[in-house]
Amino acid sequence: MADTHALEAHEGHAHAEAHDHGHPTGWRRYVYSTNHKDIGVMYLVFSIFAGVVGALLSGAMRLELMEPGIQIFHGLAAMVYGVEGDAALDAGKHMYNVFTTAHALIMIFFAVMPATMGGFANYFAPLMIGAPDTAFPRINNIAFWLLPFAFTLLILSLFFEGPAGAHGFGGGWTAYPPLSTSGHPGPAMDFAILSLHIAGVSSILGSINLITTIFNMRAPGMTLHKMPLFAWAVLVTAFLLLLALPVLAGGITMLLTDRNFGTTFFAPEGGGDPILFQHLFWFFGHPEVYIMILPGFGMVSHIISTFSRKPIFGYLAMVYAMVAIGVVGFIVWAHHMYTVGMSLDVQRYFVAATMVIAVPTGVKIFSWIATMWGGSISFRTPMLWAIGFIFLFTVGGVTGVVLANAGADRALHDTYYVVAHFHYVLSLGAVFSIFAGWYYWYPKMFGIMYNEKLANAHFWITFVGVNLIFFPQHFLGLAGMPRRYIDYPDAYALWNMVSSIGYYVTFVGLLIFLYTLIEAARKKRPAGANPWGDGATTLEWTLPSPPPFHQFETLPRIDSKSDH
Amino acid sequence: MAAHAKPNHDYHLVNPSPWPIVGSASAFVMALGAILWFHEILPPWLLILGFVGVLYTMYAWWSDVIKEGKAGDHTPVVQMHHRYGMILFIASEVMFFVAWFWAYFDGFFNHDAAEQYARVASMGGSWPPTGVELFNPWHLPLFNTLILLTSGTAVTWAHHALLHKDKRGLVWGLAITIGLGALFTCVQALEYSEAGFQFSGNLYGATFFMATGFHGFHVLIGTIFLIVCLVRAMRDSFTPEHHLGFEFAAWYWHFVDVVWLFLFASVYVWGSWGVALSH
Repeated sequence: MADTHALEAHEGHAHAEAHDHGHPTGWRRYVYSTNHKDIGVMYLVFSIFAGVVGALLSGAMRLELMEPGIQIFHGLAAMVYGVEGDAALDAGKHMYNVFTTAHALIMIFFAVMPATMGGFANYFAPLMIGAPDTAFPRINNIAFWLLPFAFTLLILSLFFEGPAGAHGFGGGWTAYPPLSTSGHPGPAMDFAILSLHIAGVSSILGSINLITTIFNMRAPGMTLHKMPLFAWAVLVTAFLLLLALPVLAGGITMLLTDRNFGTTFFAPEGGGDPILFQHLFWFFGHPEVYIMILPGFGMVSHIISTFSRKPIFGYLAMVYAMVAIGVVGFIVWAHHMYTVGMSLDVQRYFVAATMVIAVPTGVKIFSWIATMWGGSISFRTPMLWAIGFIFLFTVGGVTGVVLANAGADRALHDTYYVVAHFHYVLSLGAVFSIFAGWYYWYPKMFGIMYNEKLANAHFWITFVGVNLIFFPQHFLGLAGMPRRYIDYPDAYALWNMVSSIGYYVTFVGLLIFLYTLIEAARKKRPAGANPWGDGATTLEWTLPSPPPFHQFETLPRIDSKSDH
Repeated sequence: MAAHAKPNHDYHLVNPSPWPIVGSASAFVMALGAILWFHEILPPWLLILGFVGVLYTMYAWWSDVIKEGKAGDHTPVVQMHHRYGMILFIASEVMFFVAWFWAYFDGFFNHDAAEQYARVASMGGSWPPTGVELFNPWHLPLFNTLILLTSGTAVTWAHHALLHKDKRGLVWGLAITIGLGALFTCVQALEYSEAGFQFSGNLYGATFFMATGFHGFHVLIGTIFLIVCLVRAMRDSFTPEHHLGFEFAAWYWHFVDVVWLFLFASVYVWGSWGVALSH
């Protein structure tokens, strides 16, 4: 019935279709794209670009913190803003805070999210569920194109006045008032706010597209309980984005009206409440951390399974662990706010609820280990990154349980212990999962193989480097070093030096990564449809590499016996 | 046609489109223009230019969607996509309103919280804060509630008329819905003009005007959506089997209606509980 209807409909405009199906070429192919794979690749390129910018910002920070005293920022401020002497010193101190803020916003909104939910989700969720494209290809395209414009607004903010007489917004990515209202009266903060608005619209539109695609375009026979774990991860993440981002939009709109139209949402002298912003922000901000890590969970599951040549251990438990993390992730937000003076009962609730998340997370960690157990493991590059991910994410998870305790957090709040914790889950967790996915799917996306030796070197150097950066930061935090300061007492000198050396090591890793791209593009080693062998069972490996412009013109059928 | 075999599925592979990047660039210009205007660096013409670009993008994009629907690209599965998309969009809108209700209740519940002494001092330790003269919920707000509820039944009438191929009923139902929506907006404007508190300088005014203001903005969008449907209804653009544009306008209208019921119950009625009202 449905088929005949569609056939008749297509006959009706066969003429219009005749030239439409010629594939677009040149710049139009990308700029006007309605193809999920092209859009996915654009997201990945954008993410790499933004990631390099974010990494350079953190490089300036580590150069600065290598030794006590002001090292480079007065010079940097003199260079960029043309100020001298004491004015350069003051501008440099503010500029350091602007760098920490921009580093966070860029890495979260323009590097990690575009890579996972933009690049990989767009490219591979439709392939894995056997769909020819996403449900809303044009919305997919606007979700991408909004990002470079949002990024431009954020970069512009660096060059406009923030606090009186200084440039850029230096109040941290959390943008707490009053620092983000009366503390930064200049346009810089408004640029940052509207950048987040536009990035938020992009993510909401992208989520609507992905949820609809996954619910509605699975191949015949692929029930939800047979759907690959990455598609599940994307589904859960998209719901988190859809429900969390509008609350942030509301909160930052209140910032905007407080700043420009005299409202007093966050100003106590007008009956407002600065803590209200923290609630609204973290109601978004906590789901946001799962938004960054859940797609990684999905990718790592496939990679561990592929290179252990075993189906994933406890598939259904893995699915519902992600759903549980997503749901519980919405009701733990105030564990970021233990020091704001909430009642003890409220703190007790948030401690308990937060600790609960360790349970589904543990289910995932142990299921990955159980998948490897007794498997025939091959330590190809994606597998190295995936195992590195499990190890580092577990470290970050364990320090997370420490910080979940309101009592411990009272001492550790806003110290480098927190910085170490969230970098272990994000720049060592989420980013390792991104590189795992990158090397796993690189041959599929581009049809060529990367150089295994170079990619191995990339992994090992990065692994050593990031641990050198962030492990000592636990010691700094426990010793009481606060975050977001340009300078520190001599007592913290040793571990800051180690941490900065770690950055240089990591930077060498980044250069090797960029070189693997050039090397692979020049050597053009054909990858074949499935370079990974029997362990790679999801649908994308049934297609040629790279897949045709429109795949699955005849939908694949998933028979009832096949497993995930 | 000959060179490319028809895909063997019912999905709609959309042609490349300029509107996404035009829309994104317009949003950028709008944001830039807004900031430069807020800070009195430029007059608002850049903001207006961006806004016009966004409006034009909407018009051109949705015109394409309607054309594709007429060309038969909207197979049953594609129609289902659109339903999912609209429901998810409305879900995100609901969460946007959660933020404004949150701000309202943050003031409401903490008006006498001892540890928040600065704001309590500002509000006089009461809700509504001292100096704020509330609307009587049983005057204009109740009238507006009835207007919106009635418009909800009118749009349902129009829907039934559409299903029964009764064009006259469809057009009248829509026209009445639109008329009631416009009446709501006028009554809301009248109410605003009589407000016993300011927008700026106090939390009550901020939460009241932003929450009801964003609601009113959504009423306007819903009214425009319904007007587009009325024009399409008069041009016989809808069939009893295929009228997603109408359905989504109706869903959106009901969503706006429900938000109002929450505003009415929590801001107007609950917020004025036990308060002596002047008018």
